[in-house]
Amino acid sequence: MNNKSLRFKVVDWLLIALMILPLVAGIALKVLTTPGSDGIAITGARVYCVIPMPLQDLPITESQVNSWLIMLTIVGAVLYLTHGLALKPQTKRQLLVEWAVEKAEYLVSDNMGARFKAFVPFIAAIMVISASSSLMSLVGLRPPTADINVVAGWAVVVFIIITYYKLKGGLFPYVKGFFEPVPIFAPFNIIGELSTPVSMSFRHYGNVLSGVVISTLIATALQGLSKLLLGWIPVIGNIPFLQAGLPAILSLYFDIFSGLMQAFIFAMLTMLYIATGFPEEDYERRMAKKRARAAARA
Amino acid sequence: MELAIGIILAGCAIGAGLALIAGIGPGIGEGNAVAKACEAIGRQPESKGAVTSTMIMGCAIAETTGLYGLVIGILLIFVAPNLFVNILKNAVK
Repeated sequence: MNNKSLRFKVVDWLLIALMILPLVAGIALKVLTTPGSDGIAITGARVYCVIPMPLQDLPITESQVNSWLIMLTIVGAVLYLTHGLALKPQTKRQLLVEWAVEKAEYLVSDNMGARFKAFVPFIAAIMVISASSSLMSLVGLRPPTADINVVAGWAVVVFIIITYYKLKGGLFPYVKGFFEPVPIFAPFNIIGELSTPVSMSFRHYGNVLSGVVISTLIATALQGLSKLLLGWIPVIGNIPFLQAGLPAILSLYFDIFSGLMQAFIFAMLTMLYIATGFPEEDYERRMAKKRARAAARA
Repeated sequence: MELAIGIILAGCAIGAGLALIAGIGPGIGEGNAVAKACEAIGRQPESKGAVTSTMIMGCAIAETTGLYGLVIGILLIFVAPNLFVNILKNAVK
């Protein structure tokens, strides 16, 4: 459609700017704060500043800042994609959005059942933020998911939701579940329960971090190799030519495939844990009891 | 002092190497999973999509134990030496 009004176009450009500017700001911040001439090094997330707090100082790290930036980018992207929705699709992006929403609904209803239809936005949000955080390394920023604190935060949120849905069957069946099949198993069951968030966060963080470490190692090795081979040429010898091709091919696996895979798996495990942990029979029995009591009272 | 620091560094490096033995398990397990998935696809080519997605899901979960080893290895190489040397220096003071 070419008959868009000027206002529509201006808002469009503003939203595109909101999408891109956080990433540019992140790159600028990284370039400005990275000390020069220390070459390539494998470090943890850089600490930008420390805010004094009563109990413990609060460090503002690179992963935190980057995850705020990616949140802004996602907000911009979502506003851009939903800009100008109409009953009859007039823009291509509306078709894209409708396709994505349909896919998310299909995924959730396929894996969790119709009862958990309200989980579509949550699961989609987890997937989008995890995937886009991991893909941040494509523009040269440190992915927030390579920091265990970020991923552990998500895993704790998911764990709280899982426990909430398990408790829907009543407190007694939940506690009783720990003493099955025999009471001696209680410590193991409790450890198994607590290992859910640990394994979820370690899986995601380990995959992304290993990609970061291996890409850095290969980039350093190629830099050394090109210095060794081409260092005798006066001016252009200092440019690491060999760094050009191979890291890009590897990032295809480590950044794109691994990142998207982990986002999918994190969302998938969230769905499976919530849906399989939900005690349907106990919940139905409890609801029936409640209804009977309410009827008796009336 | 130097000897103690040397022992710390050597211990961390050896420990990191040993931690990565954890990669054997997921390697064997994922290999088995992929082999079975190939068999299943060979028997029923029309179920390729479902088999592949289930297999990738299972592989990713089987990978977790290996990743535990990886995380321990990375901690031992990049985090532990500084930590232990600082503890030693404080103890000597």
